[in-house]
Amino acid sequence: MFRHLLMLLCWVGIVGAAQAQDLQPVLQGHAEEIAKPSRSSVSVALDDLAASGAPQVSVFLEQWQDKGVWQREADGVFFFGTETGDDLTLRDIDTGAESSAPTNGFSQLKPNGGVRRLIGTALVQFQLTDPDLARRQSAVDSIARRPEADQLGPLRASIEAEPDAALKARKIQLTNFLSASFGDTSEERIAAITSMATDTSIEARAVMNQILSTKTATPSQTPSGNVARVLTSGDDLSQADAYAQLVAAGLAPTIISAAAIREALAAHVVGGRVGGIPTSQLDTDAGRAKAYAALAAAGTVPPLVTELDQQSAVADMNFYEVYDEPDSAVTDAARATLDSIETRVAAAQTVDLTLDALSLASIYFLAAIGLAITFGVMGVINMAHGEFIMMGAYTGYVVQLFVPDYTLSIIIALPLAFAVTFAAGVVMERLVIRHLYHRPLETLLATFGISIALQQLAKNIFGTQARPLTSPGWLDGAWVISDVIQISYIRIAIFVLALLFLGLILFVLKRTRLGLEVRAVTQNPGMAASMGINPDRINMMTFGLGSGIAGIAGVAIGLYAKVTSEMGADYIVQSFMTVVVGGVGNVWGTLAGASLIGFLQKGIEWFNPSNTLAAQTYMVLFIILFIQFRPKGIVAQKGRAAAD
Amino acid sequence: MTTFTKLAACATAALMGSTSLVMAQDCADPVKVGVLHSLSGTMAISETTLKDTMLMLIDAQNEKGGVLGCQIEAVVVDPASDWPLFAEKARELLTVNEVDVIFGNWTSVSRKSVLPVIEELNGLLFYPVQYEGEESSKNVFYTGAAPNQQAIPAVDYFLEELGVEKFALLGTDYVYPRTTNNILKSYLMSKGIAEEDIFVNYTPFGQSDWATIVGDVVALGEDGKQVGVVSTINGDANIGFYKELAAADVSADDIPVVAFSVGEEELSGLDTSNLVGHLAAWNYFMSADTPANAEFIQQWKTSIGDDKRVTNDPMEAHYIGFNMWVNAVEQAGTTDVDAVRSAMYGQTFPNLTGGTAEMLVNHHLSKPVLIGEITADGQFDIISQTDPVEGDAWTDFLPESAVLTSDWKELECGMYNTETETCVQLTSNY
Amino acid sequence: MRKTFLSQNPSVMWFIAFLGLFTLAVAIGSEATGTGLISTSMVKTLGKTLCLCLIAIAMDVVWGYCGILSLGHFAFFGIGGYAIGMWLMYARTEGIVMTSLEGHVIPPTPQEVQDAIGNQIFGVVGSSDFPWLWAFSDSLFLQLLMVVIVPGLLALVFGWLAFRSRVTGVYLSILTQAMTLALSLWLFQNDSGLRGNNGLSGLQNIPGYEDTSQATTSLVFFMGSALALALGYILFAWVVSGKMGSVVQGIRDNEARVRFLGYRVERYKLFIFTLTAVIAGIAGALYYPQAGIINPAEIAPIASIYLAVWVAIGGRGRLYGAVIGAAFVSLLSSWFTGGGAPAINLGFYTILWTDWWLVLLGVSFVCVTLFFPKGIGGLFDYLVRKPS
Repeated sequence: MFRHLLMLLCWVGIVGAAQAQDLQPVLQGHAEEIAKPSRSSVSVALDDLAASGAPQVSVFLEQWQDKGVWQREADGVFFFGTETGDDLTLRDIDTGAESSAPTNGFSQLKPNGGVRRLIGTALVQFQLTDPDLARRQSAVDSIARRPEADQLGPLRASIEAEPDAALKARKIQLTNFLSASFGDTSEERIAAITSMATDTSIEARAVMNQILSTKTATPSQTPSGNVARVLTSGDDLSQADAYAQLVAAGLAPTIISAAAIREALAAHVVGGRVGGIPTSQLDTDAGRAKAYAALAAAGTVPPLVTELDQQSAVADMNFYEVYDEPDSAVTDAARATLDSIETRVAAAQTVDLTLDALSLASIYFLAAIGLAITFGVMGVINMAHGEFIMMGAYTGYVVQLFVPDYTLSIIIALPLAFAVTFAAGVVMERLVIRHLYHRPLETLLATFGISIALQQLAKNIFGTQARPLTSPGWLDGAWVISDVIQISYIRIAIFVLALLFLGLILFVLKRTRLGLEVRAVTQNPGMAASMGINPDRINMMTFGLGSGIAGIAGVAIGLYAKVTSEMGADYIVQSFMTVVVGGVGNVWGTLAGASLIGFLQKGIEWFNPSNTLAAQTYMVLFIILFIQFRPKGIVAQKGRAAAD
Repeated sequence: MTTFTKLAACATAALMGSTSLVMAQDCADPVKVGVLHSLSGTMAISETTLKDTMLMLIDAQNEKGGVLGCQIEAVVVDPASDWPLFAEKARELLTVNEVDVIFGNWTSVSRKSVLPVIEELNGLLFYPVQYEGEESSKNVFYTGAAPNQQAIPAVDYFLEELGVEKFALLGTDYVYPRTTNNILKSYLMSKGIAEEDIFVNYTPFGQSDWATIVGDVVALGEDGKQVGVVSTINGDANIGFYKELAAADVSADDIPVVAFSVGEEELSGLDTSNLVGHLAAWNYFMSADTPANAEFIQQWKTSIGDDKRVTNDPMEAHYIGFNMWVNAVEQAGTTDVDAVRSAMYGQTFPNLTGGTAEMLVNHHLSKPVLIGEITADGQFDIISQTDPVEGDAWTDFLPESAVLTSDWKELECGMYNTETETCVQLTSNY
Repeated sequence: MRKTFLSQNPSVMWFIAFLGLFTLAVAIGSEATGTGLISTSMVKTLGKTLCLCLIAIAMDVVWGYCGILSLGHFAFFGIGGYAIGMWLMYARTEGIVMTSLEGHVIPPTPQEVQDAIGNQIFGVVGSSDFPWLWAFSDSLFLQLLMVVIVPGLLALVFGWLAFRSRVTGVYLSILTQAMTLALSLWLFQNDSGLRGNNGLSGLQNIPGYEDTSQATTSLVFFMGSALALALGYILFAWVVSGKMGSVVQGIRDNEARVRFLGYRVERYKLFIFTLTAVIAGIAGALYYPQAGIINPAEIAPIASIYLAVWVAIGGRGRLYGAVIGAAFVSLLSSWFTGGGAPAINLGFYTILWTDWWLVLLGVSFVCVTLFFPKGIGGLFDYLVRKPS
């Protein structure tokens, strides 16, 4: 008997030990939750998994997070699985035994983003000291996403042994954040808080703001608790809002709304009259108030709350907000730190806005620079300029179809786009524009015709869908100076490209034979011809150059935005305005115009961040007014060339 | 036994023969289906696909013997993304071509343009796109999602599953985002989200400069709350938006983005490897793993002759709408609009994603809501699928609309005020 | 006086006679009179085309006669449409609201009626407040006045600023384009109170005439448009034929010389610019009730460029040329895009006109500007007087 009992005990012990090693039974205990987890209820399962102590828990959690766990539909057993075509390579969770099976009959577990984040938090304890850098990194990321009080100890302990310098610094920063929020003593917290005074990162501000989170307190005669601020009725708080607070706290009767009055009246119609007043007279607010007052006097409805009642109810109350954090020393320190951070953030935001404006200006400049030559220097209105931009972008797309390497394809696409649009420009000049040099307004119409024809042609060839034009890997991402100041590499590249072209065009126009001839021909074609310059050739070359640059701009714009048949139309009006505002006939003018428009647009957006469309409207209005008062643009031409 | 079955077979054959004879006589007036989708202009990008879908569905139906024994004739017109032209073409379809039903429109404004004409001439329109609700016309069946079949469940998912506490509602400046965001704002406030925790921004169509806006959204996280983005950004503006999002390294783990206007078709213009994990909410995803869907995709790829073409939600809406209309016509035995309309109520048809869609008396469908995560190959990984949700013509989250209801069967009114128990109007707002 | 005017302008007689006959023919053929040879949608299309002809002659006067290539005249056209559209929407909605409030026990206050109308009109675009712009929308008279005043005033202010600064030629074209762009961007915003991208719709239902069939309504509008075109034609023919016309054409040919002769060039330009803007506004007010919907996309810069193209193709500097251009191109355009033109099968490729029509149109602009600078109207000259 005793032996039996002993045996049973041993068996139980063995089974228990075996269970501590095997994860599958634990998983089966929560099978439903694991198969269809929800953020609000998965914690129980996660806690049990962590508590089981099985060595494969961390592997399982990682696989689960990466959607690498499959469930056999027949019996609900979980496996690690990788899908190859219609087949599934399965690995037993406990033994690691491999097998394969068709995908039918298995379902993949797809925990949602919220659950994945919780799994990440559960994984922290396993990954924080893992030899693999990537795992430690992900543990630190998980802490940053969901900081919790009990992570402070393990995180602090792991700093010492951290071999990677960058990660170590990150761990120290996080420890600081955690101790500011969850430190044991006020002194510890205040020390951590004050040490963050120069940290402009969003996380640091988040920590401060959470410490400083407030709630509206119940209005009372004398404020109590850690008061954040007292609201004065009228300035911080409208009387209606103040009264609403009183109503919410049960300190005052509810205001009877106009709709409620109407309903009350409708409910008390007796013989075509309410409170003695005929219903036909109830089509004004005054009439209704009178009838309601009569009803209230009779006691059938609650009395009206008048403006005066509200005023007196609000008058002798204090409205205030209190911090959630009870310790005023901590909140004071946090407030001081946050103020100091915010001064820095404001400065950084100005820098960021300037960068954005600079980037926008460079995009406008790049789109307009070709036009600065064809329109600005030659005086040709080319409405098809936008379509040259589009042709450049599509050239980039076609090159990427044949050259899969993105870096190489861009290197090929840039000169090719130039060549294609140069050729198109030359053909257009020869066939059409040449005949219309003396009729500028008709050039506008003819080139508009070409523009719609090209646009439709692009639609017929490439379809109406936007086409992908992908930038090479080294242009992915952004140059991050701080959490506030950052700018994507692709925008920097566009900026550099714009500068490059500015230099190139200045060089061509001012320092080369071609440039000299161009200027000669535009100023006086007859005289230039008699000096042995061939104006036909020069016009052709200049127009080709301007168009070619538009093609390159197209590649750049396609990389940062989209490639559609209508992309050119988005830039054409903008580009003309850039050139006109800047002043015709001068590349510097175009630069000035682009900068003015770029900075202005960002400035207006900053004033009204929720409506980008309004910013564009005001900008166009500004341009109209600007041209009225400075018709020759910012950099006005002087002398003979200025005459029309 | 044998004689009896033979006899029965003969009788059935005779019966069938005679009925088909009768039907063949009816075919002097062929069944015409109007297709009113833009084939040129800005909306051609989305609508051409739907035109092709309709032609495919009609061909397939004709192979099965058409409807009422007649072959269906498709009348395709091109309203060229020009809203007044939609009204003109609709009138032409109904009066000159004398079509029995119209499948068409994408944008809300084009639908508003067509509405007065359809109601005046008592036509029938199937509208396949998710829209802002606040409408229920006697002559329109809305097979796309109403806000409560897309926006509200997606925001619920944000609140419950992702724990989002602060919302950025980004949209293109037109009626669908405006109304949807209004509804969402009032819904979120009813869920305890403070007004200052809801950031709203509107951008023009085709916006390409997203750096500042993405920066603003990232900065929303400065008070330590979980930020989520609800995007109603339309069309190709999405390309610049997602490119900027990827450049700023905003991962779905930090700031999830759920989009209501981004489907498989839009993603095909993008490299999605940097967007993995961001979300979209629809009633259909191409990745839905059902036999019906596999067959539909195969049929689509064969009919369009391109193995890379994707399917999307409005295509499924047309698929359901067209099949329901065919069944309703068979049931009514005529293509007469009023008879078909009565036969439509309660009409059911299997979804491509599993389950059954049902046409309700408010002219909306009950359909399941799916939430998918973007994958690296430009598809969506379905991570949540609800039970069928009944489309609500008038939202419950705006005070003026909460009192309204639509019931074309019993109340015979699309805008019925339940408080005063009167029908506000029989025509719709345009 | 009138006699000399007509004898100076024989084309006016011909035009009026032709227009009258055309109107009569359409009236007889329309569904409203019972013959039903011309469908109601065709009557609407023809009526709209007449309105486009009206704005085209305005464009011809400002460009072909005065030399100002305005790329913004559709802005005035749109404003006219919006002004009348506001009344149409308000009055129709008011009718609906009053009917629905009729049976209530407690009669509604004026404020409640106003709120209900606001909710009906703006509910679809997600707000319910009445913007200040709608202050006069309950009065047909005031809104009709606005059809004339608002485009006139805008043109007056804009023109005064521009001409005073001596902005000319291509710059002025770009400036007018910026004006219509700014207006359409502004209208695109929901906050501006004209229902943003949705615009105003259901304009074909005329308040008070709900029971009248569209066949009748569209015929009435067609005839109204024909009358407006006739009056506009006479007005412009008169303006460009007298001494005024000579000065204006002088400005086109050499502005500086006319100025040196002592004429106040700016005033003449301003007068022509404003007058044509007003006529454009009237054309718009007649056009949109036939189209049924107006929205900001209508006044995007491209529309005004098309207008210039019509005039160019029809032939500048002759009013009937503008009419021919507008009618010819817009009708042809709707025939091609409507799938009316048969597809051409080349064996290896089928030309679908919905895809290729714009290409054809674009190329024909180029050809017209290069080879027929006088447009289609030029052909008439060629036929009328043999080569001299």
